[in-house]
Amino acid sequence: MGLGYTVQGKVPGRSGMSFYLEATRNALDDAGLNIQEIDGVIIQPCPTDRSVTAFTLAQELGVNLRYGADQQLQGASACAIIQHAAMAVDAGLCNYCLCAFADTSRSAPQGIVYQVAWGTSAAYGMFGVAANYALIARRYMHEYGITNQQFGEVAVAFRKHASLNPIAQMRNPITIDDYHSSRWIVEPLHLLDCCLVSDGGRALIVTSAERARDLKQPPVYVMGMGQGHPFEDPLQRPTLTVTGAVESGKTAFAMAGITPEDVDVCAIYDSFSFVVPMQFEDLGFCGRGEGGAFVEGGRIALGGEFPTNTSGGLLSEVYIQGWVGPHEAVRQLRGDCGERQVPSAEIALVTSSGGVMSTHATLILRR
Amino acid sequence: MSERNQKPLPRIDERSRPYWEAAKRHELFLQKCRECGHYRYPPGEMCPSCLSDKLEWVKASGRGTVYTWTVFHQVYHPAFEKDVPYAVVAVELEEGPRLLTNLVDCEAKAINIGMPVEVVFDDVTEEITLPRFRPVSQ
Repeated sequence: MGLGYTVQGKVPGRSGMSFYLEATRNALDDAGLNIQEIDGVIIQPCPTDRSVTAFTLAQELGVNLRYGADQQLQGASACAIIQHAAMAVDAGLCNYCLCAFADTSRSAPQGIVYQVAWGTSAAYGMFGVAANYALIARRYMHEYGITNQQFGEVAVAFRKHASLNPIAQMRNPITIDDYHSSRWIVEPLHLLDCCLVSDGGRALIVTSAERARDLKQPPVYVMGMGQGHPFEDPLQRPTLTVTGAVESGKTAFAMAGITPEDVDVCAIYDSFSFVVPMQFEDLGFCGRGEGGAFVEGGRIALGGEFPTNTSGGLLSEVYIQGWVGPHEAVRQLRGDCGERQVPSAEIALVTSSGGVMSTHATLILRR
Repeated sequence: MSERNQKPLPRIDERSRPYWEAAKRHELFLQKCRECGHYRYPPGEMCPSCLSDKLEWVKASGRGTVYTWTVFHQVYHPAFEKDVPYAVVAVELEEGPRLLTNLVDCEAKAINIGMPVEVVFDDVTEEITLPRFRPVSQ
């Protein structure tokens, strides 16, 4: 795999396309590949630049594709696209598949796309993604007694990780008191329960195990993958407190032939703090309703039993939808994380989730 | 009043028109499957329980319980600036479907999951009536 980053955070004046291009160039450099070797492109469409498709991107890059697709699972697209690329390579449809995404929601002139009216319910004052998550969080607290204190543990741990990450958007450490005193956005979610809004892009190149061994970086292999997609509209689901991670994780762990205890480092999609304990439950790291206790006492912080989101995640590194986790997981497996390296990390679990926990994809990677 | 300061109104289309016409008459209507009796909201083309397309609009009881809720502190739309903090509530109707709505005659701090509520009708314009809910004593 080749990894491409871009400048990220608040980066005004840039088009979505320019971030796809910058990320691609950096991914090629990282892998030691020439652009003419890329013969597959799968992108997640840019929320703020509709001109970007796999095919317009290929045109800008000057490559003729053998395989291309735009794939939209919202926040779950990253892991799902990497899965798609792995299958396309395995099927012989392409040799080097570029996977990419960019977002300019922080600086886009049209305003933040994640804060828009929500269908008919805007008449009742319902706006934005966060409120929909708040409805789930409230139900989660009600059914299992999970607390804001436990949500705060997640936010504090990931900010600590971000403080060790030179490219993180939010690097000032926070305390649990800072968490509790941060303003309410939509109860029961504080500001520090919510992910960032950012500009930036990511690219990642997938190839066969055999070809990967000839590239510049040590290879990272896909051991397992899976998806699970509850209904799009949370209120139409039988329950709000079980996510697509149940099916997604079951499929991925079965394919990998391992259990959660074998995982050295996790990158869990953290659009909001509380979705981290929910996914740990669904993935089988702990029992139903035990996610709150699972994330307490620094267990998911560096140095803990299950170090998670070591880059700072979406809460503190940057929000480029699901594309933050895969990069950090690959770097952990390469041993490339400096101060925030998990010693001798061999197996990583990555999740991404989209909509209002409407889509979910899991990857299990090894070095 | 400028458009900026007007609260958004529901976008009514052919599929949802019977719901809003009923609301205007101060009745809560849901789609019900003639084959299996499943109630659905929001309206659709087919019964998600048995895939029958024989759906009819019927009057609902108007009774339900609070399934979950959130309190808005952030202002996402200028017309709601004077309302914050305000609650948006998901009500689970006796018939099964869940609706996003507001509670009247109830402060945010008094809301509890499971509390029984019943529909009331708020004529917000000449054309549009919003079903909201109020607590009922148990």
